Amino acid sequence: MSTQDIVDTSGTAPVCPGRRTFLKGSVATVAAPMILAPRKSEAQAVVLPPSPPVVPWAIELPPEANLLQPVAALDPPPLAWANVAAGECGRDDHPRFGQLYVNPVFYELRARENPDWVFNPAYPPQPVWGWLGSDGQVTAPGPTIFARYGRPVIARIYNELPQDHIGFGSPEISTHLHNAHNPSESDGFPGDFFSPLKAGPNLTVPGQWRDHFWPNVYAGIEQFGGIGDPREALGTCFYHDHNLDFTAPNVLKGQIGFYLIYDWLDSGNERDNSRSALRLPSPPYDYPILLQDMRFDVNGMQSYDQLSPEGILGDMVAVNGKIQPVLRVARRKYRLRVVNGGPSRFYFLHIVNAASVQQPFIRIATDGNLLPRPLHNHRKIEIAPAERADIVIDFSVYPIGTELYLIDRQIQLDTRGPDGVSLAGRQLLKIIVDREPPEADVSRVPLLLRGLPTISAAELASAPVRSFAFDRTNGQWSINNQLFDVENPSVVVQKGSYEIWELVNPSGGWHHPIHIHLEEGRLLSMVNIETGVQIPIPPENQGRRDVYVLPPNTSMRIFVRFRDWQGKYVMHCHNLVHEDHAMMLRFDITA
Amino acid sequence: MDTDDKMFTRRTLLAGFGVAALGALAFQRSMLDREPVPQRAPGTGRLPNPTVFTHEGKAVKFYDDLIRDKVVAISMTYAQCTATCPATMGNLIRVQDMLGERIGRDVFMYSITLFPEVDTPRVLKQYAEKFGVKPGWTFLTGAPSDIESLRFALGFYDLDPAVDAIRTQHANMIRIGNAAYDRWTMSPGLVRPELIVSTINHVDRSVVHTAHIPATA
Repeated sequence: MSTQDIVDTSGTAPVCPGRRTFLKGSVATVAAPMILAPRKSEAQAVVLPPSPPVVPWAIELPPEANLLQPVAALDPPPLAWANVAAGECGRDDHPRFGQLYVNPVFYELRARENPDWVFNPAYPPQPVWGWLGSDGQVTAPGPTIFARYGRPVIARIYNELPQDHIGFGSPEISTHLHNAHNPSESDGFPGDFFSPLKAGPNLTVPGQWRDHFWPNVYAGIEQFGGIGDPREALGTCFYHDHNLDFTAPNVLKGQIGFYLIYDWLDSGNERDNSRSALRLPSPPYDYPILLQDMRFDVNGMQSYDQLSPEGILGDMVAVNGKIQPVLRVARRKYRLRVVNGGPSRFYFLHIVNAASVQQPFIRIATDGNLLPRPLHNHRKIEIAPAERADIVIDFSVYPIGTELYLIDRQIQLDTRGPDGVSLAGRQLLKIIVDREPPEADVSRVPLLLRGLPTISAAELASAPVRSFAFDRTNGQWSINNQLFDVENPSVVVQKGSYEIWELVNPSGGWHHPIHIHLEEGRLLSMVNIETGVQIPIPPENQGRRDVYVLPPNTSMRIFVRFRDWQGKYVMHCHNLVHEDHAMMLRFDITA
Repeated sequence: MDTDDKMFTRRTLLAGFGVAALGALAFQRSMLDREPVPQRAPGTGRLPNPTVFTHEGKAVKFYDDLIRDKVVAISMTYAQCTATCPATMGNLIRVQDMLGERIGRDVFMYSITLFPEVDTPRVLKQYAEKFGVKPGWTFLTGAPSDIESLRFALGFYDLDPAVDAIRTQHANMIRIGNAAYDRWTMSPGLVRPELIVSTINHVDRSVVHTAHIPATA
C-alpha cells in the first residue's frame, strides 16, 4: 500500500471502521489534517538496542517438572471468611465452602525475590520475583502443582516480595489460576491485589497472605450435580499475577507457574489399570514448557519500558526461565505442554532436526483442554499470548544422541501482533535424546480423548447475542467505547445462563488474544469484517477455548456458559501490555 | 502530516508568537534559540530533564524540579481544545478535589501543552485559572523540541506516525508514577475520576487503601 492510499485529507476515503470511529472522536475539533491510519507495515519501527548475545545450550532444564509438595496443614486453618486477625487480606467469603471443602489438599505458595537468578550464563545473576519451591529454591516460573478433580485445593499465597522495590514491577499480587473454574474471590481478580502494605480497590484491608479456594470442580456442578461435567475438564492451567495495571512487568519478573489438573480420564498415570484412563505419557514424561519474551539491557539485566504505551517486545525467549537451554529426554513418548506466557510475542513453532526438517507430533490439547480426537502428523504450533498447546512426541524414533530444536519462525516487529513467517526461524530450546527409558514406554494416545459438551440447536437459537468491539477511543483502549471500571460491571450475566458473545476487532493494526475468565467457550464462526468472508477454523481450535485470538478486522462468535459461581470476573486482552492499559471489562454473575 | 510538521518550523513558531502574547522573556529566548529537533526516543525508559516553563512563568528543570522523588500525575493538554480535552480537564479538576491536601504535598499534577507554539505561560495561566486549578498542579510549556521529547519519553505517542501526528489525541491519557521507586503506569483520562485517584493510590506507597474513600464519610 502506498502513502497515497493511506493519507486522505477529505476524511471520506474507505477506512477500517475502528480507525474511522477513532478519527471522528479526535480530529473533529482541531485544524490538524485528517490522516488515515496506515496499515501495520507502515508503522514506525521503534529502534531499541538488542539484548546482548547469549551463550546457547549452556544451561540444562531439570529433567522433570519441579513439583510443589502439599503441606500437611495450614496454620491457622483455612476459613470461609477472611482471617484478617491472622494476617489475611480482606477478601470476600469463599462460597460453597461447606459443600466443597472436603478432603482438601494444602499448598503454600510464597511469592519471593530470588536475587541471583541466571537467565543465561552471558548475563549476570539478577533479581526475579519467583515462588519458593519445596526444595527451598525460589524459581521463576514457580514450582508446578499437580492437582486432581474432586480434591479441593487451598493455596495459601503469601506476598513476601520486597515492598521497597525500585524499578519495574509492583510488589502487590493477585494470583489468577488461568483458566480454572474458580469462585470469584479466589480467581485473582485484578482489583483484589494485596501486599502487607496495600489493599486493592476491591479488598477491605491489606494482608500478608490470602487463601485461594480452588475446588477443582468441572463447570456445571449445579447442572450436573457432583463435581460437574467431566467434559469441561481443564488440563494445562497456569497461575500468574493479575495485579491491576502491573500484570506485564510482574509476570515478566517471574510471577507465573504451572498448575496441571488430572482426573479419572487424563489420570497422569500411563500405567493406570482403569479401563477409562487414557494413559497418555505421564510424569516425569509429562513436561510443561513456558515461553516468555524478554528484553535485556546492555549490561544483561532484564529490562522493561514502563513508559511505553505499547510495552517492549522481547527479543529473547525464556524457556522455563532460561534462554536457549537444553532439555535431555529419554527415547520414548513425551507429553509436552507448551504455554505462551507472554507478554506480547506470538509464536509459530516447529520441532526440527539438525537438518532443519520439521518433525511430526500429535496435537492432543488446545488451551489446556484435551481435544475430542488426537490430531496426528502435526508439525507446527501457533500460539498467541496465553494460548497453550499439548503435544505428544515420540522420541523413540531417534537414535541416542539425536539433537532436535524447538524453533520459532514468527516474524514480529512490535507488540501489536505477528508480521509474517520466516523461513529459518530461531532456536529456542535444544532437545537431546540421550538415554533409554528405565522401563518400557507403555503410554499411548488413544483414538478418542475427551468428548465435547453438547450445545443443542435450541440453545444456539435461544442464546442472547452480546457484541463487544475491542477498539481505541481517543488513544485509549476501549470495549464498546467504554473504559475499564474495576469497581463496576459493564455486563451482568445471570448464573446458569448461556450466551453468544461476538468479539469484534475493527482495528487495522492490532491482534488481540481475548481471554474470558470462569468458563471455556466454543468458537462458532469467524469472519473478516472487511470482506465478509468466513475464516476457516482449524481443527485444533475447534475444541474448548479460553483465549480467542482476534486478528485485525475480524469478528468471531463464541458460545459460552456462566455457571456455578457468582461475583466479579473479567474479560481482557491477554497481550499483557494491552491488559495493563485497561483493555479489560468486568462482568458480574448474579443469582 | 506535512501540515502538522510545519508547526515545528521556525516561521510558524514566530508567527504563532506574533498573535499570542509572550510570557517570560526566558521562555521566548529558549524557544527561539533552538532548532526544533525533537528527540523521539521511545523505549529508553528514561525521562529527559529539559528546562520548561510553568504557567507562573518560572523556568524549571523538568525531572530535577518536578519529578524526582515525587508521586506525579502528568497529562498533556492545550489551551484551545474544546472536545475531549475539557472532559479530561474536568476529570482532573475532580481528581484535584479528591486528593485534597495531598496535592502539592504528596502528589503533584502536571499538564504539559501539546501546542507549545501558542501556549505561552500567560495563555496557560489563563487556562488554569479558568479551570480553577490550585497550587500543586502546574501547567508547563517550553521549546517545541523539548516538549516533543517529553511527549515521547512519557509515552504519549502512537507507533504509527500518521496517528501520532494527530496531536490532540495525546490529551486523553494520564501518566502516573512514583519516581522515587521508578514505578510507572498510565490511566485513561476519561474514566471516573475516582479510578484515576485509585491508580495514583496504587503507586503512592503511603496509601493503604487503593480505592478512593470520600472524605465526607
